Order: sequence, then structure tokens, then C-alpha cells
Amino acid sequence: MIKQSDFITSNKSNWCPRCSNFSIRAALIKAFSELGLKPYEIAMIFDIGCAGNACNLYNTYGFHGLHGRTVPLAVGAKLANDKLTVIGIAGDGGAYGEGLNHFIEAARSNYNITLIVSNNRLYSLTTGQASPTSERGTKTKSTPDGVNKTGLNPLLIALSAGASFVARGYADEVEHLSEIFKKAINHKGFSLIDILQPCITLDKKNTREWYKERIYQLDNNWPVKDKNKAIIKVQEWRDKIPIGIFFEEK
Amino acid sequence: MKQEKILTWKIGGEAGQGQQVAGLILGRTCLSANLFSFIYSEYPSRLRGGLVTNQVSISNKPVDAISKKINFLFALSQTALDHCIKDLDNNALVFYDSDKVKEIDKNSKKIKFIPLSLRDLAKENNINVFMLNSLILGISAVLFDFDTKLLKKEMREVLNNNNKSKDLIKKNNRAVQIGYEYAFRELRLKPFLKNKLNLKSSKRIILTGNEAIAQGSVFSKCGFYSAYPMTPASSILHILAKQAKKNKMIVNHSEDEIAAINMAIGASWAGKRSMTGTSGGGFALMSEGLNLSAMSETPLVIINSQRPGPATGMATWTEQGDLQYLAKVGYGDFHRIILAPSDPEESFYFTILAFNFADIYQMPVFLLLDKYISESYKIISDFNLKNIKINRGKLLTEKQLAKIKNYKRYDFIKDGVSPRSLPGQKNGIFLANGNEHDEFGFSIDGFSSDLRNKQMEKRHAKIKNIFKELPKPKLFGLSNALLTLIGWGSVKGPVLEALKTLNQNNSYVNYIHIPVPFPLDVNSLSKLLKNTKKTIVIENNYKGQMADLMQEALGMKFEKRFNKYNGQQFFPEEIIELVKKEI
Repeated sequence: MIKQSDFITSNKSNWCPRCSNFSIRAALIKAFSELGLKPYEIAMIFDIGCAGNACNLYNTYGFHGLHGRTVPLAVGAKLANDKLTVIGIAGDGGAYGEGLNHFIEAARSNYNITLIVSNNRLYSLTTGQASPTSERGTKTKSTPDGVNKTGLNPLLIALSAGASFVARGYADEVEHLSEIFKKAINHKGFSLIDILQPCITLDKKNTREWYKERIYQLDNNWPVKDKNKAIIKVQEWRDKIPIGIFFEEK
Repeated sequence: MKQEKILTWKIGGEAGQGQQVAGLILGRTCLSANLFSFIYSEYPSRLRGGLVTNQVSISNKPVDAISKKINFLFALSQTALDHCIKDLDNNALVFYDSDKVKEIDKNSKKIKFIPLSLRDLAKENNINVFMLNSLILGISAVLFDFDTKLLKKEMREVLNNNNKSKDLIKKNNRAVQIGYEYAFRELRLKPFLKNKLNLKSSKRIILTGNEAIAQGSVFSKCGFYSAYPMTPASSILHILAKQAKKNKMIVNHSEDEIAAINMAIGASWAGKRSMTGTSGGGFALMSEGLNLSAMSETPLVIINSQRPGPATGMATWTEQGDLQYLAKVGYGDFHRIILAPSDPEESFYFTILAFNFADIYQMPVFLLLDKYISESYKIISDFNLKNIKINRGKLLTEKQLAKIKNYKRYDFIKDGVSPRSLPGQKNGIFLANGNEHDEFGFSIDGFSSDLRNKQMEKRHAKIKNIFKELPKPKLFGLSNALLTLIGWGSVKGPVLEALKTLNQNNSYVNYIHIPVPFPLDVNSLSKLLKNTKKTIVIENNYKGQMADLMQEALGMKFEKRFNKYNGQQFFPEEIIELVKKEI
């Protein structure tokens, strides 16, 4: 089997120390290795932002594209060469803001790609402005009086648009996340994994502790084929936040 | 000015009355009757009502442009007659639908007005009113001495392509016959153009610029086309989508132009020759993708078929207003090639060149057309497929990659073009990057300014060899003319047609055509310009965008310009008038 370390380069990351992007990478290379993939069979498309800066760290074919355009680049690559395992890596800004229509279109079209979104509900690399998933009232540099919009629920959008694999992970739960990745990559169709992730540098409210108190895993009996139940479940928020695979169409 | 005998037939009526189909059938019949034709349609951006015209210029010599003067007009509405009357030839025949057209100025010249009670004729013969255009085709067959068998055959093919039922095709064929007999018996029409059946030459075809681009892309082994519909580029998407399975081409109607160009870049990176197509407004959305293709050195072919702007402009009309935009658009410093075909023939061959240049230089290449080229039909010699060579540039095989230690996709190399691997190949892993990068593709910043300089210099080195391969500016007519006309793209057809008249007895005017507006081949162009006495740059735009680009590149003044920007292309008659005024 190909070692996990074969999927990473010797380049140094430019992430903050202890950033949970490291955990996401650890979960992904674990999944690659356990699935028996070879580095040259993988095509990773990276967005702009902290998440996309992983482009230098993976020893696979990669394309670091433009902000918000991860999905169409990934779709083009997959349509052109179906043998490739195509993974999109984006943040909430790229996937749900600048690239929202591409995200919806990919879900509708059910292209066989895996979209991994590091959702820290903030624009971090640009030093902390509101993102499409920021909660109403969140005060940021660009919204000093608080966000006066409803935060998007990307899972709900994906389900309504026809995505056939919809999951939420938590960045620091590496084992759990890696299992989701494996299933998503094996899934034939569009897979969304929205990963909740605290920005440890800029977000003083939604911290690791905040998430740890609320996160819980869907149990093994969760009816993963039931779209209506998924639609209700993905809206559970505040005191308790479920993570896992909400919906998979087989 | 009866030079070569060109007869122009025109039909005008409301949208939905089948003028375009009628014109196409007539123009195609010319091909089977060993004549030449050129078909152009003007129409509004609506599905019913309004005014739609279709115009066919016909001759027994090759026709390079649509003529302005109308010899035979079929007016199905008052609006059609009122619109076309100013363009009638002095000896024109005007057939008008007497149920619809009530006001006729019979004082004008020697024009003969012939009322047609088409509905009565249809009723008497049990013909549906939707087939009035077929009656007209029957009448027209007499004017051009067409064998109705040929016309009916073309009608079958055109209607069959439009998915019409066999029964309907049969009924339309019958209407042609009835129109034909009516023209002979009742109208007592006589042929104006005797068919020459002794034309011995290679096989000829009739097609539009867009059809030629679609065919060119198939012969180029294009594997991926993504687009969002926009007139006048949409028909390329329609044609390629219809043939996708047969051609093993992936054709994607994407959610917007931004997606279209990014998908094409992704597909190109993954190994398929890829193309996207739009008009100016759609390209405005694509321009960020243009930058990505340049920075990541991913080959890409982009079609821009121009229509009048700015903004939505005039969706179904023609202009050459996007040249400066395409030449200059993009943040940062980078190169692109703009090929500007002038007709369906060049559209085909330039498409093949575009794919080769994109692969050889690993950069974006434009095919710049306009609505006139995209949608007008021209009869040309069949394509010579023997000379088509596909050159995929420096594309590495797995075998070659196996011999390379530490493969560097963006290696510094003298000619600027580093060998390319494709995702899926062993030993070829690299990062394509929109960020500035090192030789492997890994992101760098200004703290590595040496690497930045070297990558910039590498990308710019590509341009040095480019002029050897690009189509060169070409002189038509004799050198030493008193007056030299200069143009690009769709200007060529009307000018060449005008030169046929003007150059019959003298040599006071010639024409320089520029097939590659950007980058300008300054050396070749200077040589051609050296002997010119007086120049006029002819362009289908307001400012004279090519003239400005030439001034910039050549350091010469091009003050005399002839511009048209009303949504119509040039007519040969306008060029003739211009030249006569200048000499």
C-alpha cells in the first residue's frame, strides 16, 4: 500500500501553527492511502484562501485556480479524464460565495467529483471579513454593525439542488473525517463534505471549545437514503450540531 | 456597374414566416446547379413578428460578399417593402404579397411591381398558409432557371435537418411545383441567369463560418467544448452538441461563461484539446479565465463572434468592436494570439491553426469572428484534409517522463515552452498554478523575486518565434497602386468583391488583409506598406481599432479611415463608392 507520506510534499505550509487545516490534510492522505489510490491518479483542484494554500503540500496532480472557480475546473478535468479521482479543495468564501452558482450546478448535474469545503464561516486569509456562512449579527471588519443577512446552510442547498452525497465533518475529528472522505471518494456522483472548522487566529467566538461542546456524530442507524429526514437534520444547529453523512443516494 | 453578373434575391417578412429557410434552400440549390451564392440574414431578437430578411447574391463566378442592390425582392409585409425599397436595383422586380402590402410607390425608376395573391394561390391548390415561402421558392426557380428537381432535393435535405416530417416535406415540395408553374403560366417570367452546367472543378461546399469552426474543431480532434449560449456564437454549441457522441467530444452547456472557460481550462489540463465560445459580453465574464490560461500555461482556444456593443448592444447584428478589448484585456503582462478569419474557408483552417498554436505555445488563442462571418453562407472549395497537421506541441509521454528525474513542468527553457505532462501520467506530477510559481508549479511570492523574474521572462520568450508560424498579412491586387485599402476579418469579402469591379481595367487600388490582428507581424506589414501611396483602413467599428493598433505597433499614422457601425457589414458597392471618391 502507498504510504500516507507519499501523498505529501516536503514544502512548508503557510498556515498558522495548530490550524485545523493540518487535521483535514491528515484525514485526506489517510483516506487516499487506505483507498489504495496512487498519487498520479489524483487530480486536486485548489481554491484561493487558507484551504487552497494546501496546493503546495500534496504530492498529487494539482491545479491552483482562481477564487470561486474550483468546481468548474474540477468538472472540466473529470469530464476530460474519467479515470482521475478529482477532489476540489475550497473554503466557504470560494465554494459558497464567489462560486455559489458553480456549486449548485455541480450538485444539479451530479458530476462525479468530491468537493471538500473548509467552512470556518469567515474570510480568514483576507484578515477576517464576513462569509456567506457567517451567522446573522456576526461583527467582522466588513460588517462592524453585525452581518444583516441569513447565513447560508450549504448542506440544505446541496440537498435541494440534487447532490447525491451530502456530509458534514468536524476538522479535528480526523478518524471520522477520513471515513467520510473515503465514502465520498468512492461515491459515484457529486459529494459535498462541509467541514466545520474554527479559525483559531481570528474567531474568538466559534472556538475549538465552542464546537467541542456542540458537535455529535450521527449514529450508525441514521437513515442515510432518506432525503427528507436529511433536509430536516442538516438544519439542526445551536446547542447541538450533528456531523456525519446525512444523505447518500445509491 | 455590371461587372461580373451578380443577381441578388431578397425576401422580407415577419419572424416565423420562413425567410431564412427559403434563402438557405435557394442558396444551396445554386451549389447543385453549378452556380455560386452568398446568403445573409438580418433578423431581430424575437421569435415572431418584426422584420426578418434573407438575401442571396447569386452568380456563375465565386461570390465573396453579399451585394446591397436587390434585383428580385419578395415583400411579405409592408414593413419589408418599405425597408428594402431604397436598395432596389433600377431594373428590379418586386413581388409583393398583395394581401399585406397596400402602399406602393410605382413612380420609382423602372422597377416592376408584381402583386402576388399568395393566399388565394395557396387556397386554390389546398396549400397551408405556412408554406407561402415554398410557393416563392417555386417562383424564384424560374428566375434562376433552376431545375425544380434540384430545388426540391435541397428542400428535402434542409427540412429533414430541421426535423420536419416526411409528409410536410412532400407538401412543401408540391408547393414549389405549383409556384413554379404559376410563375411560368400566369406571371410569364423568364430566366435571368442561364445555368452553366459545365463547371469543372473540385468539389464545392456551402456553409457558414460557425459551421466551419465546428468542423475545424472536429478535424483538430478537439475533445471538449463548453459554452453558454450567446448570439452569434450559439450555433457552434448547437452543432457540436448534436454531433458530440459521433465525434467523441464532450460538449457542455455550462451555467455561465465563467464556468465555461474554467471547465475548458480544466479539461485542457487533463489532456483534451479544449475550446469555449461566446460573444463580447460573454467574453467579459471569461476574461479572468483568460488570465488563468496564460499564467498556468494551459492551452485554450476561445471563439469570440462579435456583435455591436457596448453592453447588450444589438444582439443579432454585426460589428468589429471587440478587437482592442481582446488584444489588451487581462491583468498582468501576458501574451495571446488573435486569429481573425474572414470567411468560412479561413474559419475552418484557422481553427486548426488555433488548436496547434495553443498547444505549441501553451497559451490562449482567440478565433475572432463577427455575426456576418458566423452566420453567412458561402460556397467554397471543399476542405483539403491532406494538409491538416495536428501538432500537440511539447507533450510528454509516460516513457519520456520515466527518463526524467525530478520533472519540472515550468522548467526554464530558452524558447519559453516547457514540456507538459498530463494528470494520470506516471512520473509527471506537477501543480498548475494561477499564483506565480517555481519550476515545479509551487507558489512563490516576492521574496523569491529571482524566480518571479525568470518565470516572467520564460513566458514572454515564447513570442520570439511566433511570427514564423502565423499567417502573414497579404496583398491583393497589384503593388504600386495609387490607393491601398487595409482591413481585417469580414472586411475582406466586400473589398475583394469590389476589387473585381474596380480592377477590371486599371490598377489604381489594392488591398492589404491582416489575418492576425494580434500580435501584429510588424516586419511583414512594414514591407507591404513600404510602397503604398495613400492608405485607408476600413473597419466595422467606430474608432478604427485596427488602425490604432497599427499606429501603436508600427509608429506610423493611419489617419484615413472608413468606418461603419450601424450593425451592418460593408457592401461591395460602398467600397466601390469610397474608392471612386478618393481617386
